[in-house]
Amino acid sequence: MIPNDPAARSIDLLRGMLTIRKAEERLARDFKAGALPGPVHLYIGQEAVAVGVCAQLDARDWITSTHRGHGHFLAKGGDPRAMFAEVYGRSTGICGGFGGSMHVADVSKGILGANGIVGGGIALASGAALAAQLDGAQRVGVCFFGDGAAAQGVLSEALNLAALWKLPLLLVCENNGFSEFSPSSGVIAGSIAGRAEPFGVPGRQVDGNDVEAVAEATAEALERARGGAGATLIEAATYRIHGHVEGEHAFLKTQYRADEEIERWRGRDPVARFAATLVERGTLDAAAVEALAGEIEAAVEAAADSAAEDPYPEPAELDRHLLGAA
Amino acid sequence: MTRKRMIHAINDALAEEMERDERVILIGEDVGASIFGDTRGLLARFGPRRVRDTPISEALIGGMAVGAAAAGYRVVCHLMYANFVYTAFDAIANQAARLRLMTNGQIRLPVTFIAAGGGGRSNAGQHSDYPHTAVAGLGGIYVATPATAGDAKGLLKTSIRADDPVFFLQPTSRGGEMGEVPDGDHTVPLGKGRVAREGGDVTVVAVGAMLRPALRAAETLAQEDGIEVEVVDPRTAFPLDETLILRSVGKTGRLIVVDEARRAGSLAGPIAALVAEKGFATLRAPIIPVTTRNLAIAYAPPLEKAMIPGPADIAAAVRRSKETTT
Repeated sequence: MIPNDPAARSIDLLRGMLTIRKAEERLARDFKAGALPGPVHLYIGQEAVAVGVCAQLDARDWITSTHRGHGHFLAKGGDPRAMFAEVYGRSTGICGGFGGSMHVADVSKGILGANGIVGGGIALASGAALAAQLDGAQRVGVCFFGDGAAAQGVLSEALNLAALWKLPLLLVCENNGFSEFSPSSGVIAGSIAGRAEPFGVPGRQVDGNDVEAVAEATAEALERARGGAGATLIEAATYRIHGHVEGEHAFLKTQYRADEEIERWRGRDPVARFAATLVERGTLDAAAVEALAGEIEAAVEAAADSAAEDPYPEPAELDRHLLGAA
Repeated sequence: MTRKRMIHAINDALAEEMERDERVILIGEDVGASIFGDTRGLLARFGPRRVRDTPISEALIGGMAVGAAAAGYRVVCHLMYANFVYTAFDAIANQAARLRLMTNGQIRLPVTFIAAGGGGRSNAGQHSDYPHTAVAGLGGIYVATPATAGDAKGLLKTSIRADDPVFFLQPTSRGGEMGEVPDGDHTVPLGKGRVAREGGDVTVVAVGAMLRPALRAAETLAQEDGIEVEVVDPRTAFPLDETLILRSVGKTGRLIVVDEARRAGSLAGPIAALVAEKGFATLRAPIIPVTTRNLAIAYAPPLEKAMIPGPADIAAAVRRSKETTT
């Protein structure tokens, strides 16, 4: 939900980004400590996209997410403690420990799940948009995907059909510069936003490290979708500060990006940048920003600490998901 | 009872379920034109909102079926020829078959993927597969392999009502065949086979389109050799009706598995493993698979006929079984 008061709205945006940042930093430390059972793909540096988009959505709207999905989960209202428990593989996890980091989902919040298949959410979100259209409830289906997924054929298929059926669909490409371990300049030709135009779907590029710019582009796309005019593709330019997957240096022999490039993008950090903007505007003072960050960090740490104490699921629980089991 | 063509029985099932539940929708390639006749008339009857012709985009429409089902609809997704399951396979394998487990049951998927498979029509290498085990091997999706008009109707109605995904594989070459269809709301449970012909000498498990040649072989063997064959139609390739198969083999001690799928992907393997494990003591002869060879289906009629099992192949296998005693 969007508060009416602009100051409160801005603080909510900052709060949302800080929550993701603090949660991801915790998971980075957990990984280093060997406390995670599987791989994690961190969202640090991209927070403005999830928060900017989800700030404009309602509970009724559906999202699909990616292997780098913690940010989308939290921004759409997913519970941090249930997310930590899931990443830790515990029975109290949002998916009972059955899904893990790459598959966090909370259908009650409209989060249809994070997908470990690059581009896997595009068709699912299109289907949710079809359901939304059939419901006639002005819901939308939103798909977060990366620049890597722009090379999947299903994106063209979705643009084609979304245009024909005027699906209430929002395709949000987070162009973070990398297709796993390959700089996208070597594997993605042309403009990603430009892929929409031949189909008659608006394609818009936005600064993905500017949360307000993302929110504004989203609001415009939602107005179009809810008004029955169809889909929009938003390409948000951002940067993946961490690697594709935590611990990648252990198995990669060569560096695939320059340290200077990472440092350059650190200078455009979406969280610090927006905090500075709020201080500049007088919405918050520096001490208030620090207090907010401290408060969020304490809450995130408490959620994680508590989730880490939870039990693993029992192997007998597997039977519940056999075909024929109610 | 009413005598009907299988294709009309399928059409009845679709119409009745769409009538019964307005959340049932039908999407797919040429569902309006209906090359097999199974969806004929449904567009006119139920309108373009619920019956939607899609582009030839299997990856997208397969995934959209999943997304729309996750968002509350009961979706029938027509993939035309069963080989096109391969182009839709991400949606079926990575999404439909596992979202229930990955989300710990938050997502249940009432999706029926319907397609026509099998040879006999010189449809050649890319339109003649009978790929039930490709889907059965995923574990999280039912696979219905109807052989008669009555079972096609009953299984399809049950499939559409199921809360988990189903691959409904109708035999391309049998659509025009007449059969008895029970009147009223006729349903057939998933996972339950039937004895199509009783006999005490040899069990022949015949999958899908192989039922007809198996029954023909049984007739010949009764008349010419005095061998009484029990023909078992599993009706659902996954999960298998293990009890029925074991009961029949327990009676006859001899087992032939006839499947139009290639040997490497046929039910002969799983059924032989089942009987070896749970019916070993009852066996009086080696289990004999009668399947299509490990080749793509060839075009020229004599080639196609030579590679897909027919009554003579089945009868020969029965005689060989009968001659062996261990």
